[in-house]
Amino acid sequence: MDIIKQAKQSILASTALSDHDIDRIMSSLLSVPVDAADIYFQSSHFESWVMEGGLIKEGNHGIERGAGVRAVVGDKTGFAYSDRIELPVLLEAADNVKAIIRQGQNTRTALTHSNRWPQYYSSVNPLKSLADRQKVELLHKIDRETRQLDSRVEEVIISLTGVHDSILVANQDGALAADIRPLVRLNVSVIVAADGRRERGSMGGGGRCDYQCFLDQDLALDYGREAVRQALVNLEAVDAPAGNMTVVLGPGWPGILLHEAIGHGLEGDFNRKGTSAFSGRVGERVASELCTVVDDGTLPGRRGSLSIDDEGTPTEQTVLIENGVLKGYMQDKLNARLMGVEPTGNGRRESYAHLPMPRMTNTYMLSGHHEPEEIIKSVKKGLYAKNFGGGQVDITSGKFVFSACEAYLIEDGELTRPVKGATLIGNGPDVLTRVSMVGNDLALDGGVGTCGKDGQSVPVGVGQPTLKIDGLTVGGTGV
Amino acid sequence: MQNHEEINHLEAIVQTILDTAKKQGATAAEAGLNVENGLSITARLGEAETIEHHRDQGLGVTVYFGQCKGSASSTDLSEDSIIETVSAACSFARFTSEDVYAGLPSQELLATQFPALDLYHPWSFDVDQGIALAIECEQAARDFHPDISNSEGATVSSHQGIRVLGNSLGFLHSMNSTRHSISCSVLARRGESMQRDYWYSVDRNAGKLESAKAIGEKAASRTLQRLQARSLTPRHCPVLFAAEVASGLIGSLIGAISGGNLYRKSSFLLDALDTRIFPDFVHIHEQPHLPGALGSAAYDGEGVATRARDIVVEGVLQSYILSTYSARKLGMQSTGNAGGVHNLTLDSGTNDWQALLKQMDTGLLITELMGQGVNMVTGDYSRGAAGFWVEQGEIQYPVEEITIAGNLKAMFKSIVAVGNDVDYRGNIRTGSILIERMAIAGE
Repeated sequence: MDIIKQAKQSILASTALSDHDIDRIMSSLLSVPVDAADIYFQSSHFESWVMEGGLIKEGNHGIERGAGVRAVVGDKTGFAYSDRIELPVLLEAADNVKAIIRQGQNTRTALTHSNRWPQYYSSVNPLKSLADRQKVELLHKIDRETRQLDSRVEEVIISLTGVHDSILVANQDGALAADIRPLVRLNVSVIVAADGRRERGSMGGGGRCDYQCFLDQDLALDYGREAVRQALVNLEAVDAPAGNMTVVLGPGWPGILLHEAIGHGLEGDFNRKGTSAFSGRVGERVASELCTVVDDGTLPGRRGSLSIDDEGTPTEQTVLIENGVLKGYMQDKLNARLMGVEPTGNGRRESYAHLPMPRMTNTYMLSGHHEPEEIIKSVKKGLYAKNFGGGQVDITSGKFVFSACEAYLIEDGELTRPVKGATLIGNGPDVLTRVSMVGNDLALDGGVGTCGKDGQSVPVGVGQPTLKIDGLTVGGTGV
Repeated sequence: MQNHEEINHLEAIVQTILDTAKKQGATAAEAGLNVENGLSITARLGEAETIEHHRDQGLGVTVYFGQCKGSASSTDLSEDSIIETVSAACSFARFTSEDVYAGLPSQELLATQFPALDLYHPWSFDVDQGIALAIECEQAARDFHPDISNSEGATVSSHQGIRVLGNSLGFLHSMNSTRHSISCSVLARRGESMQRDYWYSVDRNAGKLESAKAIGEKAASRTLQRLQARSLTPRHCPVLFAAEVASGLIGSLIGAISGGNLYRKSSFLLDALDTRIFPDFVHIHEQPHLPGALGSAAYDGEGVATRARDIVVEGVLQSYILSTYSARKLGMQSTGNAGGVHNLTLDSGTNDWQALLKQMDTGLLITELMGQGVNMVTGDYSRGAAGFWVEQGEIQYPVEEITIAGNLKAMFKSIVAVGNDVDYRGNIRTGSILIERMAIAGE
């Protein structure tokens, strides 16, 4: 069965809405002169399981279903949504949306189904990929084995979530596109205690696949081992230093630096409006020539991947920075049209109840030529940040911040003591110009990222090889 | 939508959910339902940019089979969906573990009195009026100073909703409320320096919002003040958290004394009950029944009656913040905080803003915090910050690209003063907070 039929089946089968009705709603939207219009239908099933204190504590199942109706003229947008997929409700929504446009007449074509884009994940329903009993057994097994790892483990909290999301987008040129998106995530966090100190550690992962991925190669148990290892390292950690120093970032999840410091500033909306520190800088050098950064929605099965974005545009690998030179921005349809460029498949929305905007998919830096050991060896005194918590950026001033949850001092080319509570802060447009070595060990994160913008959350991926940055402010207590 | 007929209809749906759960064998159940309507209008560069009509609805149900629990939610309120949702919850309850602490609240803790809280003030404006107001707000910001160079727009937003909560102990009540806001965000440029800041006003009653013009001007003035900010060299100094960021410090306190973090031993304030955690002038209390306030409620997310109560008296921790479950885990009684606190208030001193700057003399005034560098287990605190360097009680210049660090336990104990410039825009009410000494890193 093709993807459009599947999506229609899961979203519209329980409603009375037909293709003809979708046409009528679109015709209503197009009775005024618009530059773009779309109707976005969504049906999402999700579940979550939580294990804590050795008990399966929570089991939750949810359904979200609804439609969003949008009309755009110039840079003006009218938007309405409803969780009732019913013709009168959606016609009323279309009427409300048109309030942004005042006069005129438009013509339109009938719905066409295009189904020609590659799929980067299967349309499998992950919620059904294991029997509930097997999910429960998996949680018990992780709990048991994680507790046995070390006598200092006091508490283990495990969460398992799965989403099966179907979307259908009709737009003003009559095209109909659809996608079915599985997403799973498993997370293990632990509390360890010894000698009056307590610390926590956390590890997780997932992607656009089913629960089987956690069983392959004992991945689920690895999360437990990694969480315990990290927590025990932190038990030994000393206060972080403070001040400007050389920082080496480990491969994988520390790529959140790129996401925060660079990625957000390269989203099309900010640049169209001229509110980003990167506005108007295409063609300029914004990074050391060692740096090539891409956003890529086409990686199979990755958490940030999409076959099509939420406007029906197929995703691609978009080169953002090539050998240090800014090449382009990430675009949705509205901002691409207003900036006179092609959309890049980055138009994303949290749900039918939110407006699409340019968002990242999987953002990462390509490998360089140095061995990671060589990079650490080259540092006399500095900080090695192996893993991070969250981060944040002010896209206008360019200032970004993120917190290390596992970091070490580098002394004379060797990792010595672990440090706690290190926050890194810097300036987005500057930071990549100070990259002096790039490792040959590109890694993508395990599938844990969630990005927030304007109150909307979407799953994303990040990645990078080991990087050496000459001069970044580390904010610890050891002034 | 807020007529009796609609409320009766929604309460009937909740009753149906509870009855369905019972029919499917649940020994106890709790159900909630909410319906919300709203309109948000954004103007940018003098014209309407987006008009968003919101309509959200959702139901949630939790069932108990003895001590096993399952829950489910849906955005579809149809009869078929209700049956499906309850079945999903019941099916989960077959797989969750027996937990002796699980269950509905004790009957005697459920709310029986429902004071009028003055939370419902519909604001009827049409799209054109909304656009005009948003344009007025943004225009005030753009006209404020020639260095205001760009804008992210001004937004006028109005929401009204009904929440219904019921359980199988016979509790069934609904709450109407409204929430309106005006916000504005603009950019300023001087030389190479580009900055952005914002301001907003929010209230249950649109008549009590700050004027559109005042909000625009305040957004512009805050943005201008940040131009040409510098970093600081590493140092230790006093830090004054402006009221709009001071609420975050109290938020960390709430996290540390919340039942969930306590029974998981993930708090830096384990076993701190009846001990001194602040200087003796600090008084923190909860005021759930304040008329018209953003955090007011007669009952919590489980139907447990809320009441005015002390959390910290003369610096000593008097009470935790507990739901039914976390209370039972700790061998205590729910404090009516399932779903959070209700107008948690740190009593102000007599000092106004200027006096606090004078009292600090030389130090750092923080107006923005970035990142998530708060470790709830250890209390370690290290966050990105922006604000102003102050000498002899006078603002000298804006600062950015710095971090402030310390440990929350020590920070709480070293609070020197609390200003009377209270920020009423949230569920935590506090004036600015002066802390004796923190570590600053930069450059």
